[in-house]
Amino acid sequence: MAVSIRTDGEAAGLASSSNRSATGASWDQPILLRLVSIALFAGIWEVAGRIPVSFAFPTFSDTVVAFFGLLADGSLATAYLSTLQPLVLGVVLSAFLGVSLGTICGLWRTGEWLVIPVFIVLQAAPVAAFIPMVTFVYGIGMTAKTLAVMILALPVIVLNTYKAVRNVNESLLVMCRSFLGTNWQTVAKIILPDASPVIFAGLRLGVAAGFVGVVLAELLITPTGIGDLITFHRSRADYAEMYATIASIIALSTLTLVFLQWVEVRVFRPESRGA
Amino acid sequence: MTLFGYRVPMMASLLVWCVVWEVVGRLDLVFLLPPFSDVLVAAVSLVQTPSWQSATVTTLRAFAMGMALSIVIGVPLGILMGRVKIADDLLGMWVNIFSSAPLSAIVPVLMILFGFGEKTIVAAVFLFAIWIIVLDTRAGVRHISPSLIEMARSYGASRPALYTKIILWAALPEILAGIRLGLIRGVKGVVIGQLLVAIVGYGALFETFSRNFRMAEFWALTIILFAFALLIAELIERAEAKVEYYAGARQ
Amino acid sequence: MGATALRNGPSPVPAPIDSIVEVRGISKTYGNVEALRGIDLDFPRGKLTSLLGPSGCGKTTLLKIIAGLIRADGGTVAINGKRVSAPGPERAFVFQDFALMPWATVTRNVAFGLELRGTNKAEREEIARRYIAEVGLAGFEDKYPHELSGGMRQRVGLARALSVDADVLLLDEPFSAVDEQNRRKFQEDLIRLRTNQNKTFIFVTHSIEEAVYISDRIVLLSPRPGRVSQIIEPEIDRSGDPERIHRDRHYLDTVDEIWQGLKQYVE
Ligand SMILES: Nc1ncnc2c1ncn2[C@@H]1O[C@H](COP(=O)(O)OP(=O)(O)OP(=O)(O)O)[C@@H](O)[C@H]1O
Ligand SMILES: [Mg+2]
Repeated sequence: MAVSIRTDGEAAGLASSSNRSATGASWDQPILLRLVSIALFAGIWEVAGRIPVSFAFPTFSDTVVAFFGLLADGSLATAYLSTLQPLVLGVVLSAFLGVSLGTICGLWRTGEWLVIPVFIVLQAAPVAAFIPMVTFVYGIGMTAKTLAVMILALPVIVLNTYKAVRNVNESLLVMCRSFLGTNWQTVAKIILPDASPVIFAGLRLGVAAGFVGVVLAELLITPTGIGDLITFHRSRADYAEMYATIASIIALSTLTLVFLQWVEVRVFRPESRGA
Repeated sequence: MTLFGYRVPMMASLLVWCVVWEVVGRLDLVFLLPPFSDVLVAAVSLVQTPSWQSATVTTLRAFAMGMALSIVIGVPLGILMGRVKIADDLLGMWVNIFSSAPLSAIVPVLMILFGFGEKTIVAAVFLFAIWIIVLDTRAGVRHISPSLIEMARSYGASRPALYTKIILWAALPEILAGIRLGLIRGVKGVVIGQLLVAIVGYGALFETFSRNFRMAEFWALTIILFAFALLIAELIERAEAKVEYYAGARQ
Repeated sequence: MGATALRNGPSPVPAPIDSIVEVRGISKTYGNVEALRGIDLDFPRGKLTSLLGPSGCGKTTLLKIIAGLIRADGGTVAINGKRVSAPGPERAFVFQDFALMPWATVTRNVAFGLELRGTNKAEREEIARRYIAEVGLAGFEDKYPHELSGGMRQRVGLARALSVDADVLLLDEPFSAVDEQNRRKFQEDLIRLRTNQNKTFIFVTHSIEEAVYISDRIVLLSPRPGRVSQIIEPEIDRSGDPERIHRDRHYLDTVDEIWQGLKQYVE
């Protein structure tokens, strides 16, 4: 695949299309080293907590205990139930909307001209500023949270899809035409399959952005879910519980992303794309 | 796109959207969306208010400090990880995790550790920006061709000279790319930090405007912020273009 | 072994008795680069004709115009007497860069032309398997392109073109991305295929040796603007041991002949 694009998706302009940035590298290190790395992290955290560096800095062990406490009393489960619903809904909606919009823009010049600059701006700009607005309009609930997820997730999905469709392998297009492929066949059998790895990478980045969006919405406005759990324990100075909640959402997002990356490598087999 | 034979620049379509905004605002179609012209008027008067000026100074200062910190720490860390395997093995995983984690969840921790003030904002900018800088720097150092380093060695370069005269420069395109992405993330960090702290800089202004339904000013502030973010991205992209030539020549 | 027949000059070539592709007055200009000017050519049915000429003389352009992938500025192309200006089922293209779909197996790649036509799966895979074997790739049906060497990939491209059962195969420097050993083997295979497939081949190449080795007719193009400068029919007996051809005197003479003609353009 002769495409070289920054799948990082944070590029503000489309001018620089080098593939030099390197997010999402190196999940392939041996398991032992990873365990050592985790142990080291936990150790430093424990020591820092014991000194302590701050009255509001619990030890690692306290945090682990607090985590199991939250698991046991069900508050974590309740919080996640309320956080994950808008997250999943928002990501799914953004995926459908973003991939369709991106594909249309990649295929249709006028659409590209009209729509892509908006998303370039949204991608580079701190759209988080809209989240308080969204709650003003839609109140504190599922709708506002879902919209917060979409505001953050949509630009990266649209832009990745657009770039992938736009940079589709030219010689495959000619090939399809020479074997009498119709326009629909070209889109369905050449353009979308060729673009799918980059589109999927965009979806993965969209999921990462969605996590940011939902947590932010919950911290800023809607007193529910994980964000509320964090705020609640902070107000009661239960710092271990607060840290445990934060660590759990970071861990969940990381595991989700690692899983998606694994799927990506499995399904799209990047090594095979050189052909 | 071409119109009547002229090539219309891509970003020109934003003007079309401004017109749409104006019309939608005039017709009162969308709740809380005043006409674009009102927003512009509000922007002009907003930038003259002392509250905006002091908020801008606070925001810029926090942003600059956070970015400086993340560059000063991030670049050497990235070089270290690019050159020393054990550092890479131990840190790589965490840098990767934090580069894509929902860092907004950590801001409350910063608030209790650093207080409800500027320090928290600096820390938020740092936290948002550093990881991508580390990752890109590391990638840049990894891409340096071994023969370049062997060349420096064979001409008797000392260790410090190797790092400051060869490695830093050879990895510069990636480092700048990382800094550009870091700046964009940093802007997001400063905004998210201020929104959450809500009593500093733009966060306080946003809070005031939206609580009192001063929508024109709210949108004006948003536009100023967006323009600032785009300006930063554009500037660093220019700088990148200057080193681009040897990024290509290097391979 | 017959004599090498040479027809010199741009004077019109007497049309062969049965020509399947007729090119009349084709010209093409890209911006201010005149790529082709007034090309008149006939391609005899069942023969392999090479288009040979220096780089940039418009060989690919001409081939793609015949394929209907590029529009000519002037002139016409007729296949079996019918004018064409778009790709059609009677022509199939083999691409210089293979143009294989990396996400599809060899079988699906080979069957792709049939898939686009709506042939049902069982039938098209049956046909694909036959041509995969024909080009010597039996056993690789379920491999992906990245698991194949350059030579094998081009065999897939060739099988794909064969499987749509077109009368005319258009090959644009099919061996340029293939290593030398594979290239030789492939050339031999092509000679064999031409004899038992009864198809018309139009073959673009840079290599004089290759052209002489495999062609019934060689069309020499002059550089920009591309015009037909000479048509050569190397009458080489290809029935025996292919190795022998390379040492055949007519072969060597023809190669030298063409080189003398082309040398002027290189300087
Ligand atoms: N799409 C295009 N736009 C502009 N000029 C072109 C284009 N395609 C080809 N040309 C020009 O037309 C001329 C003929 O090109 P063509 O690719 O047909 O040559 P060729 O004989 O196939 O060359 P080669 O042996 O290098 O493949 C060249 O000078 C080339 O620069
Ligand atoms: Mg060519």
